[in-house]
Amino acid sequence: MITKEEVEHVGWLSRIEIDAKQSDSYAEKLNSVLDYFGQLDEVDTEDIAPTYHIADIVNVFREDEVTESLSQKEVLANTENKQEGNFKAPRIM
Amino acid sequence: MAAWTDISVIRQKITDSSAEEVTSSYIETIGKSKINGFTTLWDEAINVARKIDANGHDGALAGIPIAIKENISTKGLSTTCSSKILQGYVPPYDAHVIERLKEAGAVILGKTNMDEFAMGTSTESSYYGPTLNPWDHERVPGGSSGGSAAVVAAGEAPASLGSDTGGSVRCPAAFCGVVGLKPTYGCISRYGLISYANSLEQIGPLATNVADVAALMDVVAGYDHRDSTSINRDNTYSDALKDDVKGLKIGVPEEYFAEGIDEKVKAAVWDSISKFEEMGATYEKISMPHTKYALAAYYIIAMSEASSNLARFDGTRYGYRADGENWHVMASKTRAQGFGAEVKRRILLGTYALSAGYHDKYYLKALKVRTLVKQDFDRALANVDVLMGPTMPAPAFKIGEKIEDPLSLYLTDVNTVPINLAGVPSISVPCGLADGMPVGLQIIGKHFDENTIIRAAYSFEQNTDHHNKRPPEVA
Repeated sequence: MITKEEVEHVGWLSRIEIDAKQSDSYAEKLNSVLDYFGQLDEVDTEDIAPTYHIADIVNVFREDEVTESLSQKEVLANTENKQEGNFKAPRIM
Repeated sequence: MAAWTDISVIRQKITDSSAEEVTSSYIETIGKSKINGFTTLWDEAINVARKIDANGHDGALAGIPIAIKENISTKGLSTTCSSKILQGYVPPYDAHVIERLKEAGAVILGKTNMDEFAMGTSTESSYYGPTLNPWDHERVPGGSSGGSAAVVAAGEAPASLGSDTGGSVRCPAAFCGVVGLKPTYGCISRYGLISYANSLEQIGPLATNVADVAALMDVVAGYDHRDSTSINRDNTYSDALKDDVKGLKIGVPEEYFAEGIDEKVKAAVWDSISKFEEMGATYEKISMPHTKYALAAYYIIAMSEASSNLARFDGTRYGYRADGENWHVMASKTRAQGFGAEVKRRILLGTYALSAGYHDKYYLKALKVRTLVKQDFDRALANVDVLMGPTMPAPAFKIGEKIEDPLSLYLTDVNTVPINLAGVPSISVPCGLADGMPVGLQIIGKHFDENTIIRAAYSFEQNTDHHNKRPPEVA
């Protein structure tokens, strides 16, 4: 069971503001899904390795060569919040 | 023209008239649309068609109009994942598949509607409002690539690209009565596909027939170093267009006909399997015992990956930004206001499943169950050439019927998600109607053995007329 407080904590971890009024309804819907996930407890996974992806490849390297990339102008084109070639954001602290 | 048309017919029209005329006629058809399948039309489409006319129709898809899902990056053309948080975002680069399409002379018509960030089975969660099923406007087109399937079914584009994380190409293909392929993981570069659950998803083509799906695969599949999970393999998909299934061994997993399956869907699929038998194939009933756990494992993995992949949407570099006294507050408000309800639920659950104290119980457990599901496929496909079953357990449901109850929506994905967990290829082809709505037959193959499922699907099409059935309003 995920509690109202946990919903608010997870909201903070994922940077999604959830006010106290919403956390009850979130908890209810999330719990119905978590309840469904609980059925995996009945599967015996002793000695079973996890599968993170199915591609039969391990490390993919490329030559350390400088190639063309997007210009600063193109990269900044999608925001009004820029200054002197940088993205402009509110202070962190 | 426009209407329901094969690429071969369009090619002839282009030769007889021009790519410009063909593109114009599609734009005109889209202008009269009642289904809300397109979100944005490309204002360059006509110019591109003119250039192709001027250059002598050079390329495998010269002048062929194609619709593109909202989550595939198109340079200079809005790409929003049907989300408020990406409103106004115009990619500065093309996805690999778009580069390939342009090189082949295809004309990008515009972008198609989808469930927000591809999280859904109905295309109802889009910021642009729902897409309607061309067969019945009160019903959903399926999802998440609902727009890509609906525009093809409605004759607004001859073919399209969608993406399939847990059934998002096959489900709408089934619900709208068109053909849709989810290729083997690694087959098509994901460069430029906005990630939702990167270990599961593949871009896939949709069209009115199998040959057109193969033609698109010949163009968009192939190695790309910019996707580190891209696999280098040469294949010509259209080589598989042969009407021959003699000796083909079919496995029919009993779990794909589990409790809750619609009786008419079940009947249509079994009729299809009988048809294959008549055509010289053989089938055996098999069991894939971990299928019932695939759905829970899939959702845990998809949500966990989503919580990480969607962290980039924080209002800093593009899209929507809310006000806030510091970065954390700005980002938290941006994400609260910019994401829709289902996206937020999945990010929250994914974050929870990965958080200290719950990682082993949910995420790690799901990855282990994924291994068991994959082993089911390895075992089954060691003895048969393909697996067959219904793509969706029931035909398209009514708009509004399930959207308030997330779990009831998730449960409709029961036959499509195991395929993504295992990474194998799967194609959905029309195999009949149930109460006037299309039913999809799912044909699943071995890793990188697209050609066998394409051959089976093509043979089925040559010997039946299900794919010729059109929605009532489409000539």
